Amino acid sequence: MSSEPSIINPFQWIGKGVLATLREIGTLSTFTASTLVAALTPRWYLSEILKQFMRIGFHSLPVVGLSAIFIGAALALNIYTGGSRYGAEQFVPNIVVLGITRELGATVTGLMLAGRVSAGIAAEIGAMRVTEQIDALKTLSANPYRYLYAPRLLAAVIALPLLVVVADIIGVMGGWIVSVYGLDFDSNVYIRNTVDFVTTGDIVAGLIKAVVFGCVIAIMGCYQGDRASAGATGVGRSATLSMVGAAVWILAFNYLLSTVFVRIGL
Amino acid sequence: MSTPILKLEGIHKSFGKNKVLKDFAIDVSTKQSLVVLGGSGTGKSVMLKIALGLLSPDRGEVEFAGEAVTNATGTKRNEMLRRIGMLFQSAALFDSLSVWENVAFRLLNTDKVKRSEAKELAIETLRKVHLNASTADLYPSEMSGGMQKRVGLARAIITNPDLIFFDEPTTGLDPITADAINDLILEQVRALGVAAVSITHDIASARKIADEVAMLHDGNIIWRGKASSLDSSGNEHLDQFVNGRANGPIRPAID
Repeated sequence: MSSEPSIINPFQWIGKGVLATLREIGTLSTFTASTLVAALTPRWYLSEILKQFMRIGFHSLPVVGLSAIFIGAALALNIYTGGSRYGAEQFVPNIVVLGITRELGATVTGLMLAGRVSAGIAAEIGAMRVTEQIDALKTLSANPYRYLYAPRLLAAVIALPLLVVVADIIGVMGGWIVSVYGLDFDSNVYIRNTVDFVTTGDIVAGLIKAVVFGCVIAIMGCYQGDRASAGATGVGRSATLSMVGAAVWILAFNYLLSTVFVRIGL
Repeated sequence: MSTPILKLEGIHKSFGKNKVLKDFAIDVSTKQSLVVLGGSGTGKSVMLKIALGLLSPDRGEVEFAGEAVTNATGTKRNEMLRRIGMLFQSAALFDSLSVWENVAFRLLNTDKVKRSEAKELAIETLRKVHLNASTADLYPSEMSGGMQKRVGLARAIITNPDLIFFDEPTTGLDPITADAINDLILEQVRALGVAAVSITHDIASARKIADEVAMLHDGNIIWRGKASSLDSSGNEHLDQFVNGRANGPIRPAID
């Protein structure tokens, strides 16, 4: 009897799909748990963590800064357009700073790094997998979870909140530039409204999201890279899957965390 | 007969429905150079990975130096790996590390030897594989395939192992460089007095570096004997393989 599901029996297809999904969830959970254990317990490869921090954090500054300034600018314009329908243009600085700190700073940074960093990690680890470098690590008594995955996770978890702070500042600045130079807002009033309106809770909410997004970006990159099959196609596929996976998980966690923050009043 | 440094017994390994190794058994004695021949997809690399603990067998036992090491973990596994060197088919050098850091990887990351001492020892080992000190600070991408294999060999021998595995050591090299690598393997195996297990389908390489040759086919060893008796084995599988004929009991991998 063939193990392939019969084309006329949809239950077989559904069953096969459910099993494959459960298997994927199980594998990803085990991988995540092993990476977290390696990240939270000694031994730590400090030079690797620093190297990855530079790659993930420092080298992402231009892309994060550029994205943030345009998002802030566009946000200000759209809020002005919507607000002017109700005579509420004066709320532009308040909503820009709220939107950037609670939502867009972290989400845009996360999505940009899903493309730049997660795919990069997947391609690098995938290439190491298919050229037997990960096997070589094991034969040299190095644990890939400690030597490869944990440094990337720690670097991403440290770098993301710092990048989000930068994105928040530049994003708010983007809104200020458009408002002051394009919409005739008074610069001092705009800044005062921004500073008076934003709360520590708004900033903390964005930073908590950043930590979670950092985990997602590093884990998806390492996980898909570790599973890369042979050849350039396999490595390319793992890079694509990591980017798409990280982006989807970031958006899902963003909603989940926003819901939690609303419930607990953060 | 001397004690086997490595012994695999009753090894079964399947991937899905594909049974790769079936009740596989092999042993290697101290100071013996054994070459395992076999076509593509016959399980040579799987055998090597099981011996190294990179893959778990479905059934069967692996012994190293008289001790059971099947699925060994922690200190026991590290102790075993310290006594084993491995030259990978693609050399498997770490792209992000310099040549000397690759060679001294175990010393730096596992043994925590000082960087200056580790570099000195790495350069000394590079000289043993006929690479001069100026190559130490290069990166793998700046070297030819033959040079990368030499670096891989230096990494395999730096801790004076008791056993070295060679996975297709001459694959991808031109015949002259391949012969030079064979000479180097022979030289190092004799100089260190270690056991060596090489897997290859390069008959010229097998003739040169082997004391004994084993033929792997259909999940098990079907012939084993002296390298000098390769041409008079009387085994039709080996005979077909040694003479590189498409016609015979072994079906070409493209069928």
